[in-house]
Amino acid sequence: MSTLLATAVGVLYATAIYLILRRSIVKLVIGLVLLSNAANLLIFTSSGLTRYAPPLIPEGASAVVDGIVADPLAQALILTAIVIGFGVLAFAVVLIHRAYEVVKADDMDQMKDTDT
Amino acid sequence: MNSAVALQTTLPILIPLIAGALSLVVWRSRQLQRGISVLGTGALLLASIWLLLSVYDNGIQVMYAGNWPAPFGIVLVADLLSSIMVLLTGITGLATAVYSLATISKKHEHYGYYPLMHLLLAGVNGAFLTGDIFNLYVWFEVMLVASFALLILGGERAQMEGAIKYVTLNLVSSAIFLSAIGLLYGLTGTLNMADLAVKLAEHQDNPMVQVVAMLFLMAFGIKAGAFPLFFWLPASYHTPRVAVSSLFAGLLTKVGVYALFRVFTLIFPLGDSLIRDLLLAMAGATMLVGVLGAAAQFEFRRILSFHIISQIGYMLMGLALYTPLAIIGGVFYIIHHIIVKSNLFLISGLVYRLQGSYDLKQLGGVWRSHPMIAVLFLIPALSLAGLPPLSGFFGKFIVIKAGVEAQHWWLVGIALLVGLLTLYSMIKIWAEVFWKAMPEGATAPAQQRGGTGLMVLTIVALATLTVLIGVAAEPVYKLAEYTAAQLLDSQSYIQSVMGVR
Amino acid sequence: MSMPNRPDSLILRVTGHFLLPLLIMFSLFLLLRGHNEPGGGFIGGLVASAAIALHLFFTSVQSARRLIWVDPRDLIGWGLCIAIASGLFGMFSGLPFLGALWVELSVPIFGMLKVGTPLLFDIGVYLVVIGTVLNILLALAEAEDA
Repeated sequence: MSTLLATAVGVLYATAIYLILRRSIVKLVIGLVLLSNAANLLIFTSSGLTRYAPPLIPEGASAVVDGIVADPLAQALILTAIVIGFGVLAFAVVLIHRAYEVVKADDMDQMKDTDT
Repeated sequence: MNSAVALQTTLPILIPLIAGALSLVVWRSRQLQRGISVLGTGALLLASIWLLLSVYDNGIQVMYAGNWPAPFGIVLVADLLSSIMVLLTGITGLATAVYSLATISKKHEHYGYYPLMHLLLAGVNGAFLTGDIFNLYVWFEVMLVASFALLILGGERAQMEGAIKYVTLNLVSSAIFLSAIGLLYGLTGTLNMADLAVKLAEHQDNPMVQVVAMLFLMAFGIKAGAFPLFFWLPASYHTPRVAVSSLFAGLLTKVGVYALFRVFTLIFPLGDSLIRDLLLAMAGATMLVGVLGAAAQFEFRRILSFHIISQIGYMLMGLALYTPLAIIGGVFYIIHHIIVKSNLFLISGLVYRLQGSYDLKQLGGVWRSHPMIAVLFLIPALSLAGLPPLSGFFGKFIVIKAGVEAQHWWLVGIALLVGLLTLYSMIKIWAEVFWKAMPEGATAPAQQRGGTGLMVLTIVALATLTVLIGVAAEPVYKLAEYTAAQLLDSQSYIQSVMGVR
Repeated sequence: MSMPNRPDSLILRVTGHFLLPLLIMFSLFLLLRGHNEPGGGFIGGLVASAAIALHLFFTSVQSARRLIWVDPRDLIGWGLCIAIASGLFGMFSGLPFLGALWVELSVPIFGMLKVGTPLLFDIGVYLVVIGTVLNILLALAEAEDA
């Protein structure tokens, strides 16, 4: 399973980087979406895949859980990263919308005024 | 735990957050927002002085957020490096807030300039103080979102174009950072930096550790504007308001540098590793590329932006040499650089106010009309170039001396050459903007509204600090020495965080 | 935008009017359920803003603004203030920032109710999320109308 997921992560990274290198800013943003998803999936995969119980402690039980449970921290990390990614990408979408209005082109090659 | 400790480590994050929330509540009133911004950053400065004094007296201060014990909860750790950075944030924050009163237009204030500025300061301070690697990521993002919004405030074409590059490269860097955290967590099962340092010591020969360290180097290298991926910086830093540029120039890249210092002294101590060689090469290339880029520019703020990059090289050189003296030099350089760089940007704004342009070819004759401003420019400019007795001289001197001691001759050569070229750049600005006569047919000063009193006040204050750091270099050196000793002694950091509560 | 701004759909309008109060109630339920069970301020806030976004789709920006009756920016400010204040309560009682305080209240009909600063924090987050999402959404919708 982790081999499969690792392959998926690799494909996601490759796709993301390919899209980021395109000239179209819409594709650029899609690439960024994929990139943040790839990172999230990487956290999920690398923190260990288990097929055991969810990390919930029944009411009244002691803090120590019997048997192996899934790692809740990795899930919390991913959740946080998704929330942050959502916020940042919402901003990026607004940005390219405004940039399109100003520059009137969906092409990074038209946006070279500030270089050099 | 002592509640004074809890208060003083939390306040540098809390004050800007509260100030930001309050100025959002009163967003209809300009006056209240301005008042809050100056009061808030003033209080931040006081709180950061308090923190530094207490860390200086009592050693590393640790705060366990939500009262969760060390490796499980998030900790805030204030060691000397963190508290120095927080103090510098306080200084830059207050200077920018006062300067903003005179320069930020009604429209920008209406679109939430002040809340964003406070949010940025909170993010920067959070990044400096946190002792948890994932929390560091969160603060980085807080800082980034605020900086994105500040960057495009106003919505001019150049801002949009610059922002796209800024956003893209910073998001790529964040994704790399996040991936590194994920791999690190898979490897060690912890996120607390002190705990990571302990756990990674057992994984020395695991090649994965090298991979993760390399990812961190890349992620923070982008944020710091270091050699291979620095293009976002000169493409965007000159586009927003000058107060914003100044805040960015002083603080944002330095957060990346701080993260490099923290990660590569505590978590992955630089021994004789591949990373260290890479970092040395990066430092040299960063210095050289930055200064050569600046030499080709004829726009005031673009020259300054390129110089940020070359200066970052010196700090990286301090870290990469990894001798006690080199780290001292790096810390000293950061202290000097933040103040000088912010000030130079503020001066470019003042010149713009007087003559209505940033283009060196359109400017001229400021020495004739405002000799005092010309002198004020010379102080930070010569300090940046590293002329004694100003602060920059000591920074460069220590770093280069460390390089000589470590016998990295080519790096020393580059550092000296870059110092010379920096001087050339500064003299170019001096000759074009201040010395030569006002060019024929240049746009007359477009009757800018508002006085320059507050602008001059902040510039004078920062210039005084520059001179003070130069004249009283001894105590600052001592402080940098303690800081370097603390950085190199990762055991004391680990014990303060993980030890008895 | 070249296409007519508000395509009028009877189905959307009718179901929207029914769904709006339900979604708001569901968001409040999520908000109160949080902390010990799945839910919380962030998710609740997203559901509430989705409800108002739905309203925006079949009415107009003005109507959506009237629906929330305060400016979204006020929501962000007050939400942040509430969230920070919830952390400060702990500090005044000798706990570090964000240290949790709990109070057991006996409310008639419901029985014992455990209320604490984390709930206050969640309410703050709830308001911030609604404020931020609607601020962006309304700004985009207004830009499209203009």
